[in-house]
Amino acid sequence: MTSEALPVSTGIFRVDLWWLPRALALGLLAFIVFGPLANLVVWSVAEKWYFPHALPLEYGFGYWARVFSPRGNALESLTVSIVVAVITVIVSLTLAIPAGYALARLKLPLRGVILLAFLIPQAFPNLPVYVNVARLFYQIGLNGTIAGVVLVHVTHGLVYAVWIATAAFAAVDRELEQAARSIGAGAWRAFQDVTLPLAAPGLMASAVFVFLESLDEFTGSYFVGAPDVNTLPLLLYTAGAGGNYQVASVTALLLLVPSVGFMLAVERFLKADVLARVGH
Amino acid sequence: MPTRFLALALVVPALAVIVLLFIVPLAASVVGAFEVGGGYGLGNFTKTFEFYAPDIAFTVLIVALSTGLIGIFAVAIGGYLTLGENPRTVAALRWLYRWPLFIPFIVVGQIFRTFIAKNGPVNNLLVNAGLIAPFDAVSLLDWRGIVLAFVWKQTPFVALLLAGAMASIDRGTIEAARNLGASRLRILMEIVVPQVATTLLVGLILSFVTMMSVLSVPLMINAQSPTMLTVDIAFRINAYGDYGVANALGLVSLLITASVAVIYLRVSMRERT
Repeated sequence: MTSEALPVSTGIFRVDLWWLPRALALGLLAFIVFGPLANLVVWSVAEKWYFPHALPLEYGFGYWARVFSPRGNALESLTVSIVVAVITVIVSLTLAIPAGYALARLKLPLRGVILLAFLIPQAFPNLPVYVNVARLFYQIGLNGTIAGVVLVHVTHGLVYAVWIATAAFAAVDRELEQAARSIGAGAWRAFQDVTLPLAAPGLMASAVFVFLESLDEFTGSYFVGAPDVNTLPLLLYTAGAGGNYQVASVTALLLLVPSVGFMLAVERFLKADVLARVGH
Repeated sequence: MPTRFLALALVVPALAVIVLLFIVPLAASVVGAFEVGGGYGLGNFTKTFEFYAPDIAFTVLIVALSTGLIGIFAVAIGGYLTLGENPRTVAALRWLYRWPLFIPFIVVGQIFRTFIAKNGPVNNLLVNAGLIAPFDAVSLLDWRGIVLAFVWKQTPFVALLLAGAMASIDRGTIEAARNLGASRLRILMEIVVPQVATTLLVGLILSFVTMMSVLSVPLMINAQSPTMLTVDIAFRINAYGDYGVANALGLVSLLITASVAVIYLRVSMRERT
């Protein structure tokens, strides 16, 4: 990747001899990035495909129709996934906005320790935790319920929600708040009318992060939700494990759309001034 | 101190969720690892090492190898984005490299399961290009598949962090070194990388922990023995309901991660002071 660009001077012409390796490297990278994705798309429209044919023998949207038919599970799974993700976002932000404000603005004993505590779910392997959460939820009847899955997703979502909310509030200019206070606004009024709207883009970004994390979460749902709460990732896994790669590929594409959309929009959501304050 | 109470009251609900649903179960898994029958003992660990010693080594090797490769590729990508002289190549690379960033692991598992299978497109391309004979086509769905999937998915994450950090370092030293005739590789390794070492370390450790926790990729690509600890834990629970050995396996993966998490906490503590 760091091939030297040595412009060879031949009289007045400067011939860049490195365009070929550069183009080859970019082409290879494009294949590495898009090859697997293209293969997924091909699988989702392959009606008939067997060894040793390099490409499917018949194409069609039969599996798409099957996935979306009233008897297919995809619509139900999609609904479950979106319901879980929306509730997860609401719960996470309801918890994270006050916490983020306090961490960014108020005098808090052991602030650094508390911030690190919110990082713990990201710093330890989750699987042993999910196993024991599932055991606990089983005893109190939360296993296999939407509420149980939401709680597991919220725990993980709080990592992003609290850290980004803290950064978003820290990025709001203090003087604007003080100006509002000095012309007579109460603390709550200043927060509601000045701080919250200014922090809103950052909070939106954390909401999207939490939504995607929840939508894509597999391990926790596998232990706490399956088989009663059948989210899209669980449907993908079951279809793939049953050898139905077409249905698995269609489901995978459904999961891809919001992820890629967010990847393309992330810079608009997450401004540099907020990013620079993450973890401070 | 009323404001302190207010501040604590605002933080406590979120903190309670983390404590009750993460730290308590984490403690339960540590305690559970020592529960044998009605009492406590090391029985689960005897079983763990008897049955799963190869899987422990397999997991450490795969995750370490993946972390190393991710580091190399991320430095290469970040380095070219920072030092590249051809604006069109830089723009193309910036557009290209990020695509796998937000693709869920479960989707990555499904993608690679077909992409590098014995009759998948990679082998087809190699056969059609005359590079290998059709009968020499091998399935890459073993440790190689897991490493490929991990590197594919995690490299953009570390590269994104690195490119951001590299963009904010002082251009003066780079220009000075360039004027003195240093090669770009040398500038990258001796000037740029040392200045972003903390970011690189944090990115790699976060990736390490993430890969230690992923169940879907090894489950979909390589569920036969030897496999990764996450698959073993799921198997102990689903097949035997054996929480003792599952928790002992969990504690082993916890200790592996803790050894790198300690580095992470030290770095982030040092940065904050």
